[in-house]
This record gives sequence, C-alpha cells and structure tokens, in this order.
Amino acid sequence: MFRQASRLLARTTTATTWRRSRAFSTDLPATPTEDSTFIESWKKVIPNMDPPKTPSSFMTPRPATPSSIPSKITVNFVLPYASELSTKEVDMVIVPATTGQMGVLPGHVPTIAELKPGILSVHEGNDVTKYFLSSGFAFIHANSVADIIAVEAVPLDCVDPALVQKGLAEFTQRLGTATSDLEKAEAQIGVDVHSALNSALTG
Amino acid sequence: MAMAALRREGRRFAPLISPRPITAFRSSPLAPTREAEGPIGVRYISTQVVRNRMKSVKNIQKITKAMKMVAASKLRAIQTKAENSRGLWQPFTALLGDTPSVDVKKNVIVTVSSDKGLCGGINSTSVKISKALHKLNSGPENETKYVILGEKAKAQLVRDSKKDIELIITELQKNPLSYTQVSVLADDILKNVEFDALRIVFNKFHSVVSFLPTVSTVLSPEIVEREAEAGGKLGDLDSYEIEGGETKGEILQNLTEFQFSCVMFNSVLENACSEQGARMSAMDSSSRNAGDMLDRLTLTYNRTRQASITTELIEIISGASALEG
Repeated sequence: MFRQASRLLARTTTATTWRRSRAFSTDLPATPTEDSTFIESWKKVIPNMDPPKTPSSFMTPRPATPSSIPSKITVNFVLPYASELSTKEVDMVIVPATTGQMGVLPGHVPTIAELKPGILSVHEGNDVTKYFLSSGFAFIHANSVADIIAVEAVPLDCVDPALVQKGLAEFTQRLGTATSDLEKAEAQIGVDVHSALNSALTG
Repeated sequence: MAMAALRREGRRFAPLISPRPITAFRSSPLAPTREAEGPIGVRYISTQVVRNRMKSVKNIQKITKAMKMVAASKLRAIQTKAENSRGLWQPFTALLGDTPSVDVKKNVIVTVSSDKGLCGGINSTSVKISKALHKLNSGPENETKYVILGEKAKAQLVRDSKKDIELIITELQKNPLSYTQVSVLADDILKNVEFDALRIVFNKFHSVVSFLPTVSTVLSPEIVEREAEAGGKLGDLDSYEIEGGETKGEILQNLTEFQFSCVMFNSVLENACSEQGARMSAMDSSSRNAGDMLDRLTLTYNRTRQASITTELIEIISGASALEG
C-alpha cells in the first residue's frame, strides 16, 4: 500500500513540477513597459504593498509605424473563445462595416470601424478565406496592423443553407407577430442576421 | 504480547474480557481516559485518544488530496479557455492604451473573487489591492465605488466599506463561464453604475504556483475624448477615422461597452484559473501537513504502546518476584 502511495505522490509531484517549470506559452515575460506614473503614485500612498500589474506589462509589443507603405497587412482576428488569426500577413482584408463592405490594404488610413453581421474575407495571394461574423469592431492602425474583434464567427463553408432559410422564415414570422418592443427588437436582430447569412451564401 | 494484541483489536473483544480481580489483568480496553483505574487500582495507559486523532488526520489527508485532484482537473478545463481569451483585450489596449493613473471623479472598482474558499490568499490579495486603489484615488472631489463579484470579496468588503458598495454579484461559476453570460453581467453593471473609469481588479494566472494581481482600466467615452484632446497615450486617437454610426460619440460609447465586456470576460476566466491553481497548492500543502502530523502521531502512539507493555511486564515480574520472596 505504501509503495502505491509513494508512486502516486511521485506522479503528482512530477506533474506539478512539470507544470511549474512550464509557464504559459502565450504569455511573454513582463516587458518593462509599465506605467511609471502609476507605480510612483502607488508607492507614495501605499509603500508596503507591491503595485498590481497592468495590461501594458502583458502586451505583446506592436510594430512601429514604418516610413514607407509595407507590402502586407498584419491581421489579428480574435473571438472570445479563440484567436482565429494572430499576426498573419495577408494582402487584403474585406470587413463588413456598418457603412458597407470595406477593403483594407496595407497603408490604409487609421480607422475604427463598427461591424455589422456579414462576411469577412481574407485574401492571401490567390487564397480567399471567408468567415461570417456576428458583429464587432475593427481597428486599423497606422503601422498596417488590423485588429478584428468579433463576438462570433464561423467559416462560411460550415453554414447550412437550409437552416438559414428556415431561421429567416421563423424570425420574419416572429417579427410579424411580435407585441412588445423587446420581442420586436429580438425578431429584428434575427431577421438581420439571417438575411445577411442568406446574402452571404448566395452572393 | 497477547494482551497488547487484544488491546489493539479493541472493541470487538470487549464484552469477552471481564475484569478479573485476582491477576494483574487489565480491565476493559475501552476506557477513554489516558490513565484509568481498574478494579484493583491497576494503572494502564490508553492509546485510544491517539488512535482517534490518527484516524481523523488520515481522513483529512484523504479529503484534501481528493480536493487537490478535483482542482487540478477543473484547472485543466478552464486553462485552455483562459489562454484562448488572452487575445481579446490586446487590440483595445493597443488602440486606447493603458492608463491606470488617470485622474477622474467617479471611479468604480470591480473586484473579481471566488465564491468558494480554501483557495489560499488570492481573495485577500484582491481585496487589499481594491482598498489600496480606493485610497489612491481618494481626493476632494473624487468618489470611489465598489462592484463586487464573488462571495469572498463581499464578506471582506461589507465589513468596513458597506456604504461604498454599488452592486454585488455572486454564483458566477454555477454554469460554465461563457461570453454571453459575462456580457449580460457587463451590461448590468454599465446600466446601473455611473462611472468615469472602471478599474477591474483580478488575479492573472501566470502559472500554477504564481498569480499576479492585476488592474485593468476601462474609461468612459467622455473621459476617452478628454484624454485624447489632452494628448499623451490617447493623443493619436483623433487621427483614427470613424466608420459607421452617426457620431464619434456613439461609436466611442459602443467601443467602451464592448471593451468592458471583453476585458471582464478575460479577467473572470483568469481569476477562475488562479482560484483553482491556488486551491491546488493550498490542498497540497494541507495534505503534506496532515502527513507530517500523522507521522508524529504514529511515533507517539508507538511510544505509548511500548510504554504500557513495559509497565505491564514490570508489574508482572515484580509481582512474581514478590511472591517468590
């Protein structure tokens, strides 16, 4: 019995030591880009405690603005449950802004764009990958880095057209029979998303 | 020897052993006191107390080991989620910068903590940092309010800052954490609380043994405009063109709300990871401690047992030699 216990203990300790020595691979070590004014004012008022960390110490550093227009644009496409594309160099991205489809090339003017449900297409040479986004924001920075943050996204080939039609019909019917404002708003959102999906599949 | 064995068997043989007044036999080994008087006034030492303690310490060790395993499996599940959500707040910090030293009138401190205990010191750390931030941001016209997530921070902050608490949210982890749930929560907070700056205090999961207390700042749209005009980190915000929406203010409003829900999602996940990791190490040290205690008790038990055997032998031998004369 004791031999088993010691084996179990060894297994758990080796597992924990392995975990201890391996930090997160997505985490960079704290870069010294910390907010010095915050730290100083903290130390003055609360000298006994270490100041807490701030997000800037965990940021992966961003490239500086180049003097000439680069050839490729760097795309970061993030969702709450995954980073779909992270620092991927592509030729062009087309984002579904509320004002319409917006094409982004390297050297695009810095922009903050609110997105509506629609297709995001990423062009890399001759490959085009299309995702259907629910909504979100897109930031295009002066250093030709585009950040696209969406709440939900699916690759377009995973969308079932039959279900889209069914959903569209169902929500249109619900919009017709809606009584309260909340129901109307929910039905309207459903209709918007499904009609965008529909046009995405057919268009 | 046989009597010692009988004593070890304990209760099972108790009804069979009847106290015999003639010999130096021991009375029933059920006596709970350390020194009991038998029928002829013979003394013997009971190991019952030590044995009871050993049993309870062994049970505690088993329980804490099981809790550690449970925490390890929960950690594994939530670690991937937290790792995947790390990309979510980075675009916002890249755009709007990180301004923890911003000076505003209405500060709201959102403290993220756990509902269950036995997780080491992470909740106390969060509460200490929240109180320190309160002190840091106090000024003649400033007011600081708390929004509390989790039972443990509530218990600590209700004691002395009850009037500053705006909102308390508990039972966050009843259902597995999802972005929908957190965005509803964020919506709730944004609707009910007036703020110029939101400071979210949580424990960032660095590794299984290290948790870094972190403060993320989210500014309200008016303050973002103010800081953009003032220059500094948000100075080049004006160079960004706004696509969509009627006015810049509207877009900034949506942006702030989206930023808050994204940052909240990441911070809640990180804190949950830290909680499980802290519980793992707390339970691990607890089972190790119980093991040490068990070793010491075993030594005491053996010593007591051997002492009583020796006493018995001495009494028998001296009795026999007294008879011989």
